[in-house]
Amino acid sequence: MSVSTIHDIGYRHYEGRRLGRAYMTRSLYLHNLRAAYGLGRPARAKVMPFLLAAIMLLPATGSVAAFAITKEAEALIPYAAYAPTMQAIIAIFMATQAPVLASRELRFHVIPLYFSRPVGHLDFVLAKLGAMVTALFALMAVPITVLYAGALVTRAPDPGEHLVRFLTALVGCVLYALVLGAIGLVIAAFTPRRGFGVAAVIAVYLVTAAFVAIIQGLAEMESNWSLAGWAGLFAPFNLVDIVQVRLLGAESSSIAIAPGLPGGLVALATCLGLAAGSVAVLYARFRKAGLS
Amino acid sequence: MPIIATDALTMRFPRVTALDALSVAVEPGVVGLVGANGAGKSTLIKILLGLLPPTSGRASVLGLDIAREGEAIRERVGFMPEYECLPPDVSATEFVVHMARMCGLPPTAARERAADTLRHVGLYEERYRPIGGYSTGMRQRVKLAQALVHDPQLIFLDEPTNGLDPAGRDEMLDLIRRIGTEFGISVLVTSHLLGELERVCDHVVIIDGGRLLRSQAVEAYTTESGVLTVEVDEGRDELGRRLYDAGLSVRPEGRFLLVDIAGESTYDVIRDTVAELELRLVRMEQRRHRIEEVFATGPPGPQGGGAPPPPVDYAPQGAPR
Repeated sequence: MSVSTIHDIGYRHYEGRRLGRAYMTRSLYLHNLRAAYGLGRPARAKVMPFLLAAIMLLPATGSVAAFAITKEAEALIPYAAYAPTMQAIIAIFMATQAPVLASRELRFHVIPLYFSRPVGHLDFVLAKLGAMVTALFALMAVPITVLYAGALVTRAPDPGEHLVRFLTALVGCVLYALVLGAIGLVIAAFTPRRGFGVAAVIAVYLVTAAFVAIIQGLAEMESNWSLAGWAGLFAPFNLVDIVQVRLLGAESSSIAIAPGLPGGLVALATCLGLAAGSVAVLYARFRKAGLS
Repeated sequence: MPIIATDALTMRFPRVTALDALSVAVEPGVVGLVGANGAGKSTLIKILLGLLPPTSGRASVLGLDIAREGEAIRERVGFMPEYECLPPDVSATEFVVHMARMCGLPPTAARERAADTLRHVGLYEERYRPIGGYSTGMRQRVKLAQALVHDPQLIFLDEPTNGLDPAGRDEMLDLIRRIGTEFGISVLVTSHLLGELERVCDHVVIIDGGRLLRSQAVEAYTTESGVLTVEVDEGRDELGRRLYDAGLSVRPEGRFLLVDIAGESTYDVIRDTVAELELRLVRMEQRRHRIEEVFATGPPGPQGGGAPPPPVDYAPQGAPR
């Protein structure tokens, strides 16, 4: 006689390993990085980031193709000029994806679930900022890498020069990503409604860019070149361009650039100050949200 | 060892005192924390999680001090908040796996535990769909799953039956009972409804206006009273009059009659009167106290056990925050 029964194994306790802070922060970073590109979420969340990433690639591939046919050196977009040239697309990416990282979990009150676990406030903020910076860096660095690879394949002259300019442009991309990520996350963290967040980030980008362009225009009419240069500190793309030109030896792609080594150092300090300030503000914001 | 112990715990906000010198100790098991809205339940949980430093006083959870060992506490407890806390655009599986990893569970273990836990709370195929399409009952289960996924020693459930229909409420209460008995995890469950905690808790703590009103085992609240509930098919009033004439203390309540038990003879009098009137007796039972009566009658006489109550200054309080 055979008796078959279905065994309900019931509840089992977890006896395995529990990993520490580094693992949790890494998991959180990866989770946010995936979220920035809509991975792990429905298909419509993936449309925007991948569409923008594809648009970012178009000029690079076009430029390489043009160079391959014409062999004119001007056909290749300078590496350091790529991000400022495409700044509208990068700003849209920042505006649509910063709210995904900064305000989505605020809006749905998920934050207390993190802080009722052994997740530290600073780790949490650094993971989010790190993920946003990485996402923005990838957005800019991939097309530049395509440009560089294209230049190598089509045997552009002076490969050594190309390598140096490519690498310094990557450093520039890190700064762009840091500045934009810091600004975008802070604005988004204070506008819990997603639509407002997108609008607010875009508005800040447009207003600063327009404001700086007006100041620079007026200053140049007065032939006050130094004021025009320093005004560039107040627009994110111009700010990083100052560092690129003054400290990394790139060619300017902005209307005006703050003068000399001091200009570059002040711009770099401003970039780092923005990042540090952003961490402090986000820390306070999420800490408060964890208690609500 | 008590799982939770507080000593003169006080929490003052600029405009309201949320906890007022609360001293209480509870043993492992399913513990109910009852109080009106704004009585300080959620504040107490935040303090016990080590997230909110109290104004004064001390507390320990699982023998760990909240001020110095908050992180160690948070590794060992789970928390299900009162409010909605789920992102709508991810699946329950994805979300619970992520929350398991946030407790330090390695990737494979996190996936296994998430699948097990979702099954235990009663979510099956629907766990692969985005949470946005879930019913309130399903969302409550996901919230419970994320609190359980890392196999805590103690979980805090803040109003887990809120917004559920009667069937969903019963299922949630059964689940809480199972967590305490089958899973062997201690539970601190809050509610503003005493009646439902009566069913699942071993011990009930009642706070009001941030003060301890009572802390004792459930049985102590529900001891038998000296009142009989009598239910007859029809002719309630006729029976009531006859019993009154027979010298019993009788009063109607709903479809029932409540009769004070004067002695053994009371039962006989009721039986005989019902027979004389040829009524159909549906039930005659000794009434139990309900926990609600603590609120209705204020400070009680006999104490069943648990911590001794402080001087009670019971006044109904609104819901300040």
